Amino acid sequence: MAARAEIAQRTGKKGDTARRTDLTGYLFVLPFLIAYGLFLVWPVILGLRMSFFDWSLVGTGTTDFLGLANYRELFADPDFWASLWHTILFTLLTTPPLVLLALGLALLANRAVPARWFFRLAFFAPYVLPVSTVALIWVWLYQPGFGLINSYLVSLGLPEVDWLAGENVAMISVAIATVWWTIGFNFVLYLAGLQEIPEELYEAGALDGAGSYQQTRYITIPLLSRTTFLVLVLQILASLIVFDQIYIMNTQGGLNYTATRPVIQYIYEQGFTQYRIGFGAAISYVFFVMILVFTIMQFVLSRRRRREA
Amino acid sequence: MLPCDSGKASVRSKGEKGMAEGYVDAGSGPVRRFSRRRFLYGAATALGGMALASCSGVPFGSSKTVHFWNLFGGGDGARLSAMESDFVKSHPGIELKATTLTWGAPYYTKVSMATVGGRPPDVAVMHLTRLPAYAPAGLLEPLDPDVLSEYDIGQDKFLPEIWEGGKLGGELYAIPLDTHPQVMYYNTDICKEAGLLDSDGNLKPLQGREELIDAFQKTMEVTKEQGIAFAPADSVVPWRLFYSFYGQLGGEVLSPDATEVVLDQEKAEEALSFLVELTLDKEFTPSNQDYPAAVAQFQSGNAGFHWNGEWEVTTFLDAKMPFSMVEFPNVFGNKHVQADRHTFVIPKGVANDHAAFDAALQFVSSLLKSSMIWAEGGHIPAYRPVLDSAEYKNLKPQSNYAGVADEVVLDPKAWFSGSGSDMEVQASVPMQQAMAGTIQPKAAVEQIRAAMQELVNTPKPF
Repeated sequence: MAARAEIAQRTGKKGDTARRTDLTGYLFVLPFLIAYGLFLVWPVILGLRMSFFDWSLVGTGTTDFLGLANYRELFADPDFWASLWHTILFTLLTTPPLVLLALGLALLANRAVPARWFFRLAFFAPYVLPVSTVALIWVWLYQPGFGLINSYLVSLGLPEVDWLAGENVAMISVAIATVWWTIGFNFVLYLAGLQEIPEELYEAGALDGAGSYQQTRYITIPLLSRTTFLVLVLQILASLIVFDQIYIMNTQGGLNYTATRPVIQYIYEQGFTQYRIGFGAAISYVFFVMILVFTIMQFVLSRRRRREA
Repeated sequence: MLPCDSGKASVRSKGEKGMAEGYVDAGSGPVRRFSRRRFLYGAATALGGMALASCSGVPFGSSKTVHFWNLFGGGDGARLSAMESDFVKSHPGIELKATTLTWGAPYYTKVSMATVGGRPPDVAVMHLTRLPAYAPAGLLEPLDPDVLSEYDIGQDKFLPEIWEGGKLGGELYAIPLDTHPQVMYYNTDICKEAGLLDSDGNLKPLQGREELIDAFQKTMEVTKEQGIAFAPADSVVPWRLFYSFYGQLGGEVLSPDATEVVLDQEKAEEALSFLVELTLDKEFTPSNQDYPAAVAQFQSGNAGFHWNGEWEVTTFLDAKMPFSMVEFPNVFGNKHVQADRHTFVIPKGVANDHAAFDAALQFVSSLLKSSMIWAEGGHIPAYRPVLDSAEYKNLKPQSNYAGVADEVVLDPKAWFSGSGSDMEVQASVPMQQAMAGTIQPKAAVEQIRAAMQELVNTPKPF
């Protein structure tokens, strides 16, 4: 290795072998790069172009240049802002439980030494369900009258809750269903992070007289900070692109439409069912920029933290 | 590791270990460098070549294949499968590739995108109310009635009004399969206990608001839960029920060219107020009940009546519950009822391939001839040989409402209209809110008008 680097330095060019290795590497990545370019990069560029034209789903209007008209229209559209708020509300409702509850469950499951495999299975199992199954299960659970949740509430003497159709509760219902569905992923990440903490630290802490709460607070949680950061970033990004479960519960489950439509469903409706794909593209780019700004902020924050640490 | 070592070896004196350049001592004897890599290169090239070849679209099978797209799931899907098997058995030279997609927007967006992209199915199912979004956009093949006659599906095989419905701008685009209206189901046991059946065990005719409310009151007393089950919380059911009553009052929603909203405030309020009375005032059905719940409540005997499309008959027949069906009730003076028609269309581009076009028409012809199976699923068949047959007339309870076929009100003709369209969804929202008591019917009608106006203002995409 050192000899090769020396040669490269002396001659100023990479040796035959190194070039061949690079070539081999690139060739292996090529199939993925082609698919990535064709199905991700090119549509992103094409979509941006679309948003400046009156592009319609039936193929007309591809040459009607609109300039920024689509963007002006969407910023003035109350439905856009409402659906954006729904997405943000969903993110605010789901992220804290999905981070904190997952941490809590992981801490508990870590202690359950004889049956840890069972808890891992139980908490992760919902994650493998497809979205339509999850929506179906929860639509039936949330039914007014004979639904499981409402019948338990009534038997306990509490009033029924209008989980699906109620304006104020609809988004909470979606949040509960989503937390149940996806908590397994964060739970597994946290479990892995917990396994990495060396036992000696706990022993040292116990020798110094730290109780279990103090051990958790001063050893476990700080050492989990990288995992927590990862979980937080992934969770927020995943919540911002919510669509599937809300769409299915809207169209097939009587979920309150005006209280829950997220921005991606709005893009789908404007772009596809209303045939205005140029307008839909404009909305998606505005949303993309918002997510990008947020991601950059998180990236900057994490770098600052790493520099401090 | 290996390249490093070989690099070192070649820097040192050649032939030091008695090996020629290009060979590396892997410890187990000289291994030709990159032999595994050469194999992988070769395999990748071969696979890449095959992938590119498959992109060229050369079919591997015979060109007599019918690609058929539909949106029939559940009981309808099962009946369709039976009709498809009939076709496959009677046409051994044609291969059938049928695809079922999710009902509503997911289906229609795919059909239009596939046609625009040049890869349409050979034949597709389409609601008649969706025709104004497809035919003027140039997405459908115009059909020649004389050509259709050669396949036994010409003009003489359908009622004139139904035949004319498939035309737009003078050209024929859609071959009708059925009419599927809203109907009223009733639980025969509950209605018997409520004293609503006549001596033959059929429902005594109910006419007008008073008689209907009286009937629901009686069944509610029997079931102790619901008088009738329907789905105010569904995304499109409110529209269907409202549009039926509004149609009975003689109201129109849009001008014939879909440029103006002509919603009659008074008639719309009257129609909506009746629904609000049933849900909010008398509580015959909960205003937050959705579609699956409404079906479930009727099926388990918790409601005496059920308003829904006739397509649910299979669900109730399979449940072996005591029920029958009649036409949607005459509340405001006539039996107008909201309905839609399923039709077959041929997407643009298919006629260029004569073999495919011929196979597609043979398929449509075969399915129409076996539409007795389809009629058992509750739909009113459009094909006259089946509609006029004694077998269909004896099919009970499915033939009870066949007379409604020419009294139906279809959704207004507009590109944004149709079964499951945004128009139905947007208009249903204020109706739901009125039935839940959040807003008054007057305000709800104004919101419906505003929603319609917004759609009318949206420029046509073609």
